[in-house]
Amino acid sequence: MRVALFLTCVNDTLYPETGRAVVKLLTRLGVEVDFPMAQTCCGQAHYNTGYRHEAEPLARHFSDVFGKYEAIVTPSGSCGAMVRELYPRMGERARAEGRGDTLAATLAPVVPKTYELTEFLVDVLGVTDVGAYYPHTVTYHPTCHGLRGLGLGERPRQLLRAVRGLELVELPGADECCGFGGTFALKNSDVSAAMGADKVRNAESTGAEVLCAADNSCLMHIGGTMTRLRTGMRPVHIAEILASTEEEPTA
Amino acid sequence: MSGTFVGMPAFPKAAHEAVGNQTLRANLRHATHTIRAKRANAVAEVSDWAELREAGKRIKDHTLRHLDRYLVQLEESVTAAGGIVHWAADADEANRIVAGLVKETGESEVVKVKSMATQEIGLNEALEAEGIRAYETDLAELIVQLGKDRPSHILVPAIHRNRGEIREIFAREMSEWGRPAPEGLTDTPAELADAARLHLREKFLRAKVGVSGANFMVAETGTLVVVESEGNGRMCLTLPETLISVVGIEKIVPTWRDLEVFLQTLPRSSTAERMNPYTSTWTGTTDGDGPRTFHLVLLDNGRTDTLADEVGRQALRCIRCSACLNVCPVYERAGGHAYGSVYPGPIGAILSPQLRGTGSEIDASLPYASSLCGACYEVCPVAIDIPEVLVHLRERVVQGGPVTREGNKVVLKPAKGHGAERAAMRAARWAFSRPGALRAGQRLASRTRRLHPRTLPGPGKAWSASRDLPALPAEPFRDWWQRTNGGTGDEGTAK
Ligand code: SF4
Repeated sequence: MRVALFLTCVNDTLYPETGRAVVKLLTRLGVEVDFPMAQTCCGQAHYNTGYRHEAEPLARHFSDVFGKYEAIVTPSGSCGAMVRELYPRMGERARAEGRGDTLAATLAPVVPKTYELTEFLVDVLGVTDVGAYYPHTVTYHPTCHGLRGLGLGERPRQLLRAVRGLELVELPGADECCGFGGTFALKNSDVSAAMGADKVRNAESTGAEVLCAADNSCLMHIGGTMTRLRTGMRPVHIAEILASTEEEPTA
Repeated sequence: MSGTFVGMPAFPKAAHEAVGNQTLRANLRHATHTIRAKRANAVAEVSDWAELREAGKRIKDHTLRHLDRYLVQLEESVTAAGGIVHWAADADEANRIVAGLVKETGESEVVKVKSMATQEIGLNEALEAEGIRAYETDLAELIVQLGKDRPSHILVPAIHRNRGEIREIFAREMSEWGRPAPEGLTDTPAELADAARLHLREKFLRAKVGVSGANFMVAETGTLVVVESEGNGRMCLTLPETLISVVGIEKIVPTWRDLEVFLQTLPRSSTAERMNPYTSTWTGTTDGDGPRTFHLVLLDNGRTDTLADEVGRQALRCIRCSACLNVCPVYERAGGHAYGSVYPGPIGAILSPQLRGTGSEIDASLPYASSLCGACYEVCPVAIDIPEVLVHLRERVVQGGPVTREGNKVVLKPAKGHGAERAAMRAARWAFSRPGALRAGQRLASRTRRLHPRTLPGPGKAWSASRDLPALPAEPFRDWWQRTNGGTGDEGTAK
């Protein structure tokens, strides 16, 4: 099977190691990975901040770049939710504004083919044991868009439980938002920081070495708060844990 | 102005103080977490919750779609039952009508059962200006009124107060308003409740005029419904000679049978009870039973304009259960007052800027008072997609667009203060539309990465004040990919 990796602009620029982990993991599972070089950004930051019209060309570009692939895999719950949940809505809004079906028709092909990484592993490949080895105590934070937007449910935990050497501990208040929320972190920085601090304190109470999530934006916020609060915990993307093996550990 | 993003408005400023107030945060955290857990249990008990939620949504949508018809039907049924219907386009008109009705009775005081509609229009203050004193009789409202405070929660308006604070308010203020608090009052719940009961009982027995809101109005029968927990509302509704109910026009349901759905979803969502302790219904007037005169003031105050908005109108489905407040992580930290209206929390963030327009600083800031985590949508018993409406209203704030105000279609200009942000969004769109430009930017950033500070100036300052920024990697992913073709290619060949 051949899939396109949609790495997202944040991962590409700031967290290339997540992308390398996804490539390593999928290749190990026999999937052929392509990275279309013309990809940029799904437009979520624009859309969610109120710039829907600025997000439209980015969504169209996304469809142009990825439309021809059988499946599109992304290691980001929120960018995945953007394509799956909000692209159809953008099409509807354009229609309601009297601009016809063009946008909806352009975006439609990518919507059902876009998968968040853990969803792709469990639902499409049908694996929960990806043969990983990661000898650490880990707690899992289900990010809001993965949890409520995509309904990832137990998939990430199933994958983590099958990792050899890994001890999974439950995070108190797991379902509560970490306070990132894109531009929310800038516009309401006090509230955002308070939410982040509570999330980190909850994570700390588990005694885990690592907090993992399926979205680097949330991990950036949580991780930045962790170092500031000197917790000694590390934020790690789930892809890096799943890619790790005894021969080639990621960390 | 603190160092926040451009267009720095009122909500963040108000929230700043609340976040720093440790007592407030502890009170809110305790209260919301307790009720949150209870609600989840109460909802989990019902096997057909998803169906009930869908039914509630549909009934409300249907009613809103035919609101004109149902309002006329309601007026006919209320009139036939001996009530008198008044129409109020805005707050001023509603206040004028109510003050006039009270004056006609020759009275100068009224008792009130908790009503958000009358708070929305500032009725108590308007009556005060006419020399009429309004006494709140809901326990939490009483605390707010005595404390010269503002409500901060839909259901528990004094949620921000703890027992110690309440005892202090009672001891200090009750004598100003009527029967004083007993000597040596402590802060045990039983004593506080007793003090309130005695204080209120005196008012119920004296009052000739009652003012209420309503949770529902049934079009086919002209019946109004109030659900409450304390029974004080029932006394307000039955003891006075004249009853004046002020209700938002969106509170209609077509038939008596429709109540079946909401009387299940409302209590479980709000107080986590299977059934609320008191459900009072009243239809016009009846000889020898209850008030002899009944007035219904139907309040628009921005609701028709809200109804004209395809995306935003779903906010009118709200049954004011407050479940969205109790799960909202932003409400939990910022407190209800930061929302600058009687409708706090997620629902307030979408309702107030629609009812009042986005002209003021606070109203333009409310659509941003959310991280879009979606917890509010998940719990809402009438499935209002609050995040969807928030984003829709953000668009209105930053880009302007067509809206209906006072019945007229107008095109809004973008709100002030978003110029720099708009420019940044355009620039980002430009770069993201050109993979080459994005790549050049990434490379430049990587090459100069040792020079990048871990704290930011300007708009990013607030972020880096409480969090460290990630270090920039030596090489963006796309360069690694091209260099190695995903780890399988020849290192160093591609350029
Ligand atoms: S928006 Fe929904 S959850 Fe919030 S108060 Fe209204 S009905 Fe309840």
